[in-house]
Amino acid sequence: MKTRVPAVAGWLNIDPAHPRLIGTKCTKCGSIFFPRETVRCRNPKCGHNELADTELSPKGKLWSFTGAEYQPPAPYVPRHDPFQPFAIAAVELEAEKITILGQVVEGVKVADLKIGEEMELVLDTLLEDAETETIVWKWKPVRSAA
Amino acid sequence: MVDQVAVLGVGMHPWGKWGRNFIEYGVKAAEDALKDAGIAWTDVQYLAGGETIRNGYPGFVPGASFAQALGWTGARVSSSYGACASGTQAIEAARTRILAGLCDVALVVGADTTPKGFLAPNKGERGDDPDWLRFRVLGATNTTYFGLYARRRMALGATSEDFAEIKVKNARHGLTNPYARFRKEVKVEDVLSSAMVADPLRLLDICATSDGGAALVLCSMEFARKHTANPVTIAAISTVTPSYPSTIIEMPNFSTDSAAAVPAPVVPFRDSIARAAYEEAGIDPSDVNIAEVYDLSTALELDWYENIGLCETGDAVKLLRDGATKIGGRVPVNPSGGLACFGEAVPAQAIAQVCELTWHLRGQAGERQVQGAKVGITANQGLFGHGSSVIVKR
Repeated sequence: MKTRVPAVAGWLNIDPAHPRLIGTKCTKCGSIFFPRETVRCRNPKCGHNELADTELSPKGKLWSFTGAEYQPPAPYVPRHDPFQPFAIAAVELEAEKITILGQVVEGVKVADLKIGEEMELVLDTLLEDAETETIVWKWKPVRSAA
Repeated sequence: MVDQVAVLGVGMHPWGKWGRNFIEYGVKAAEDALKDAGIAWTDVQYLAGGETIRNGYPGFVPGASFAQALGWTGARVSSSYGACASGTQAIEAARTRILAGLCDVALVVGADTTPKGFLAPNKGERGDDPDWLRFRVLGATNTTYFGLYARRRMALGATSEDFAEIKVKNARHGLTNPYARFRKEVKVEDVLSSAMVADPLRLLDICATSDGGAALVLCSMEFARKHTANPVTIAAISTVTPSYPSTIIEMPNFSTDSAAAVPAPVVPFRDSIARAAYEEAGIDPSDVNIAEVYDLSTALELDWYENIGLCETGDAVKLLRDGATKIGGRVPVNPSGGLACFGEAVPAQAIAQVCELTWHLRGQAGERQVQGAKVGITANQGLFGHGSSVIVKR
């Protein structure tokens, strides 16, 4: 069995039963950061140096979306040959009041998406070699949950 | 209001895909600007260069690269990088030095030679660089971000036809501009039938990358009056960052700031760029009669209409449909043809915007002249939060 590793260390919980993005939260003012901020709270009126890990909501509303019709340049590594276009979503998490980008799961096209609809976080494979499977987060419309 | 500096000379090298060394374009632009100003290179006390990150070491130290090519004179130099805002950073360095009384005459130069295709991050594994990671983890190119904004614009009522009309307008503007790379009429159907790149944006909605160079001679008002009775002046330069929390997704980020603990600022980043410039110049958007904005995509030009205060939020499409932003309208936008006709030459572009406005304010813009232009504004934005706006007056 291959070793599963997150696409970026510390950014996501890759437990298939509990997929979550991991951010950090300022222990003083409560500001939330994703990607994780560990040195100094970026609220300029706070600037506290203690931030704790926090899992982000796995669901949010679709703020906007687009598609990649052409293969992006390296360091992007295509999953399919020939390249298959994919959609990219910007999803707004209500509690955290933060908008986070992610690819949309395969099989969901740009034409299938609608601003404001509910999206959920899922895990997928970003890269794979003989020993390692690199795991990434993706967004999936809740309505099409099978 | 702050004291002003004069734009004594402007010069450009035509945009294209020439494939030659960027220094050549910068030198040609500089020579034209010096000639336009009526001064010699040896009169220049300070040279500010805009950096290019795709042309090896000389690109990282353009101040010295251009000074060497023009011939060492012992002038002071600087090199500035602010992504698309690099040119404005260089202009600001020169203006500040003049206003501080440390020099009378400065030359600002930016030039670029660009590779084919999508702009990609520099090579090497850089797991802590968001600009590298966004390609690896998301497959997010620059056009991805333009596509996200365009979709939001459509939610405000814009259509693909409106986006195409921006391209049609700018193509018409640039038809007779000798510095523009693309000088061809474009029809709405051409745009709508071009290949989809970043839905809803098609190939002809998105600007290309180009080679090109632009230069300015800036000087103190006292120095300018010895050369010309009525110089174009720089009334303001804005180089602001966003204010925390910045809640609109910006290239090359994975996310916005969170507004959970601190509410989002009343004035979002892109609006704040021009607002700071207006404040510094002591004028209102209603005083502006010409603008050059960064149309990385057709849809983005509509965003800028609102960001620089030409109309209320949500009214950009109406402004376009009314014809207000074409030459002959109330406030022509991108009379040069914009990035639609130029393609982006990163460190030269913000300088080229000021060259274009200067020609119009002097009445030297030829067939594309905007009649009665007195006050102009430029706007653009560099990656990671470099605001960029210049107001010129005559």
